[in-house]
Amino acid sequence: MTDATQVNPPLLRLAGVRLDGLEPVDLALAPGELVFITGPSGAGKTRLLRAVADLDPHEGDIWLEGNHCDTFVPCDWRRRVGWLPTESHWWARSAADHFAGVPDDAALRNLNLEPVLMKRPVEQLSTGERQRLALLRLMANVPRVMLLDEPTASLDNGAASRVESLIRTYVKESQGAALWVSHDAGQTGRLASRHFRMHQGRLEAGDHP
Amino acid sequence: MIQLSPLDLALAALLVCLSAALTHALRLATAGRLLISAGRAFVQLLVVGLLLKLLFEQAGIAWVMAFALVMLAIAGYEIHARQHRAFAGGWGYGIGTVAMFLSSFTVTFLALAVIVNPDPWYTPQYAIPLLGMLLGNTMTGIAIALDRLTQSAHDKRGIIEARLSLGQSWRDAISDIRADSMRAGMIPTINAMAAAGVVSLPGMMTGQILAGTPPLEAVKYQIMILFMIAAGTIFGTIGAIWAASRRLFDPRERLRLDRLSIPQERS
Repeated sequence: MTDATQVNPPLLRLAGVRLDGLEPVDLALAPGELVFITGPSGAGKTRLLRAVADLDPHEGDIWLEGNHCDTFVPCDWRRRVGWLPTESHWWARSAADHFAGVPDDAALRNLNLEPVLMKRPVEQLSTGERQRLALLRLMANVPRVMLLDEPTASLDNGAASRVESLIRTYVKESQGAALWVSHDAGQTGRLASRHFRMHQGRLEAGDHP
Repeated sequence: MIQLSPLDLALAALLVCLSAALTHALRLATAGRLLISAGRAFVQLLVVGLLLKLLFEQAGIAWVMAFALVMLAIAGYEIHARQHRAFAGGWGYGIGTVAMFLSSFTVTFLALAVIVNPDPWYTPQYAIPLLGMLLGNTMTGIAIALDRLTQSAHDKRGIIEARLSLGQSWRDAISDIRADSMRAGMIPTINAMAAAGVVSLPGMMTGQILAGTPPLEAVKYQIMILFMIAAGTIFGTIGAIWAASRRLFDPRERLRLDRLSIPQERS
């Protein structure tokens, strides 16, 4: 099933995506865009990201580069449309065990992470270190679209701005896109190509940029 | 064989009453349950004894099968009742019961038709006790394994979904939990074999010896039973976990915890 309505299909398109308690969402992300969603806790932002990652049952249609979500094998879809939850989860002993290929030292240092952290037991890492490693773990899949749920929530300003610039560069260079949930108005103002607010179950145009 | 009189049973019952009085004095709040359970055991065993007496006199294959299916249905109910978060709807009862049916009935049939070889193969004196021992142990294994699987899936939802969202298949995302649940279901059986004869004299062997069977004959039966139980439990546990872990995911490989029922209070 392809999206016949568009000659040049957007990178990601949502049409009538419905979840319990939310009004249908229509949204298109162009290559290179950082689209921000803000709104109070419990408004449904995370649920929307989960639906786009196809982790929850939902009504409506989602296309990636003109191809319908249902035409992908589920794991291929999730590799291309990668979800980064607020809280990172780890199942093996060290962070390195979660990567197919260990990220190079430069990539780690770029996020203020010492390469030795990769070998330590995950439970000895701080929340912020885990959050940055989870971003690198996601980016190792080379996703076309990133669904970011407060990716800088537990970071200090220095680390947060490094994460911001890494994501911005990645999206620009890969001509990918990111759907970014944030509670930080400053961050939204700095980065958003477009901004929406989730309000009373509806996605409305926001104040930025 | 020495017959027991009603007076003998009454003496044994007196011991249960004494232990109930003791737990009551210690305020353990188990005296009521203890007496009810003892009463249930008394009535259930009496009824089953009468039914077996009738069955042994009839001995038609239809009666034996009917009796076996009733045993299966009760064991399936018992698996369901032991789940903290059973699957909702028919699946909660179905997965354990079907897995138990496939493993216990197959192994029992094999034992009857190939190993013990009574004539006819469904002779109830052999078929019903063998099946009962198989069902009882397989039931425990499957119940433990399924309970572990659904509870772990619930507790480790974040990890499973993190693995899914990194592009793992449902099989990989739940592989650790699946292996862990299968092991949990098998371990009691494996331990029982290791301890057999050293720590405990298994019940069947004890019974045969009390009934006058030469010890070595009783031991041979017991070894066969232990091996059948091990095979039946392991087949049943693997089958149940395989089906249940598949049922935890939908065709789009989403973790569907909404397919589990709301947990009941553990009693």
